[in-house]
Amino acid sequence: MTAPAFVIEDLACRRGGRVLFQGVELELAPGGAALVVGRNGAGKSSLLRVVAGLIPPLAGRVLWRGVDTRRTPESYREAMRYVGHADGLQTALTVAENLAYWARLSGAPDDPDALDRALAAVGLAELAALPARLLSAGQRRRLALARPIASRADDGGVWLLDEPTVALDRPSIALIEAAIAEFRADGGIVLASTNAPLTLPGAVRLDVSEFQLATAG
Amino acid sequence: MRGFTATLRRDLLIARREGGEALLAVIFFVLGTVLFPLGVGPEAKLLAAVAAGLIWVMALLASLLALDRLFQADWRDGALELMALAPEPLTLVVAAKCLAHWLVTGLPMALAAPLMALLLNLPAAGWPTLIAALLLGGPALSLIGAVCAALIVGARRGGVLMTLLALPLYIPTLIFGAGAVQAAIGGYDASGHLALMAATTLASAALCPWAAAAALRQAME
Amino acid sequence: MADAISAPNPSGGFWHRLANPARFQRLSAALMPWLVAATVGLFAAGLYYGLYASPIDYQQKDTVRIMYVHVPAAWLAMASYSTLAIAGFVLLVWRHPLADVAGAAAAPIGAGFTFMALVTGAVWGQPTWGTWWVWDARLTSVLILFFLFLGYIAIRNAFDERERAAKAAAILALVGAVNLPVIKFSVEWWNTLHQPASISRIGAPAIHPDMLRPLLLMAGAYLCLFAVLLLLRMRLELARRSVEALQLARAGAAQP
Repeated sequence: MTAPAFVIEDLACRRGGRVLFQGVELELAPGGAALVVGRNGAGKSSLLRVVAGLIPPLAGRVLWRGVDTRRTPESYREAMRYVGHADGLQTALTVAENLAYWARLSGAPDDPDALDRALAAVGLAELAALPARLLSAGQRRRLALARPIASRADDGGVWLLDEPTVALDRPSIALIEAAIAEFRADGGIVLASTNAPLTLPGAVRLDVSEFQLATAG
Repeated sequence: MRGFTATLRRDLLIARREGGEALLAVIFFVLGTVLFPLGVGPEAKLLAAVAAGLIWVMALLASLLALDRLFQADWRDGALELMALAPEPLTLVVAAKCLAHWLVTGLPMALAAPLMALLLNLPAAGWPTLIAALLLGGPALSLIGAVCAALIVGARRGGVLMTLLALPLYIPTLIFGAGAVQAAIGGYDASGHLALMAATTLASAALCPWAAAAALRQAME
Repeated sequence: MADAISAPNPSGGFWHRLANPARFQRLSAALMPWLVAATVGLFAAGLYYGLYASPIDYQQKDTVRIMYVHVPAAWLAMASYSTLAIAGFVLLVWRHPLADVAGAAAAPIGAGFTFMALVTGAVWGQPTWGTWWVWDARLTSVLILFFLFLGYIAIRNAFDERERAAKAAAILALVGAVNLPVIKFSVEWWNTLHQPASISRIGAPAIHPDMLRPLLLMAGAYLCLFAVLLLLRMRLELARRSVEALQLARAGAAQP
């Protein structure tokens, strides 16, 4: 079984009349990871959004287990979890209620233990009943990262994390890295964009700046 | 369907926790209606003649009030993106939000309608039809308004713009609804109007969530 | 230099080759003199037949001649909105780059025709009904159509990002197009409810064949006028976008 589970082929993206990147290629097997780097504005977030399926690509495609994710997105969406810049929190709900909603929407079976474990993994277990509006920036980020943990499928999946460790202190970063490592050990694939410190052992380095058009002189 | 019920429960929970917002539409409904006797004079026959139309126009405007909140908060928080990426079709999620919106604004307005009818001296013959028409047509207002709200999500001055977009589209609902009540008052059979109203609502239920989901996806690109 | 308008579809057929802005400018420039000539000619013929060489209505006498200006305007208002809807459809389904330009160009023209239909309708109504405005089914529908145009123009201006504005407007045009028959039906329904006895259309006389000729001539004239104005505005818009693209490229190259 050597077919890579996750493939990016010749991906190009255009935003606001400008071609941000083109010809991006990547192959990851279960347990693999990629670190997306590049200077600000280079297109790291756009790359993740195109891979997630929020933005249609200018060219190229993303394959999940051999299936084009734009043509048949269903199986991809069941396995893919995206954490963007925004936290996706509803301030009127509690921490636990927020997490439960996203877990249910992702198709995960109703499992309160899984939710508790996810909150514990990001260090928010004691705050489960707190209204989300009372959280600090770092706590919100951790709650956002608890989402993919809470709705993990058993046979791996893909996590797309856009600047996951922004606003997090060192101990929190360690928690996230541990959760990612556990996910990868179970066969999960992780793409993370970051300019902040984040250790992904064995990760492929994907520099978006290398895939840009040469600017006209 | 789990995503549908989960979203419905979530939106209802948020509406209950945030309390005041939902009540605002009903208060506006009542207050606006009260303005008319103050404007045109309290003569009973005059009010009775215009009551049906007035109540319906106020229902349209009150519906619009709560609509730009339908997607705005989720857009700002990034929740809308997550809904678009979920395995559950975005169309169903949007439908759930529309249903929640109607339960929180349209349904209370239909229940408040007898009070309006009293204030505007609507003849008793029209009361049952008024409530029936508002119950049948309210969902159409939420659904059509949702499409307009989806189109302008994230735009500046979105609220006013949405009014301009939605009101022409509301006209059939207004005509069928007010017509039903006026027919009932005149002693005629209102079932034709109510049938047209129901058809509009059903067609809206079939088409609007899909159109709104398409508009939301375009907004996120 | 990157073509900021868009790269035409390499496998493209006729329509996509047309999408090349330079080619479009050349073609439209070649077409323009013919269209202008047709417009002038048709207006001349239509006005001649309409104002002089056609019969007067028994009841309305000469005022019926306003029909030749009013009715084609209303038709063109509908045709303009159809243009918006078709352009929107083409944009969303095929992402044809000129579709957005066509929609942006057509909207004010359509609003203008609609406004003219309303004004001429009022002018027609005054001697006939003694009042400048009457809530008959057609005028009311045209008034609502006017607001649909205003909504389209407003949503275009509501977004800074052009692509978002184009797509939102496209969806709105399609939503409006689907609703338009429903709105017209409901307005006619409303009209029959409240005016059971009288004529429901402003002085719609039986169309005599001699009246049909100037009507169709004027309709043709309006259509050619629409085409002329549309092409002019599209050329203007494309030129504007080219300038913008140049400015953008200059700003991008200047970055350290």
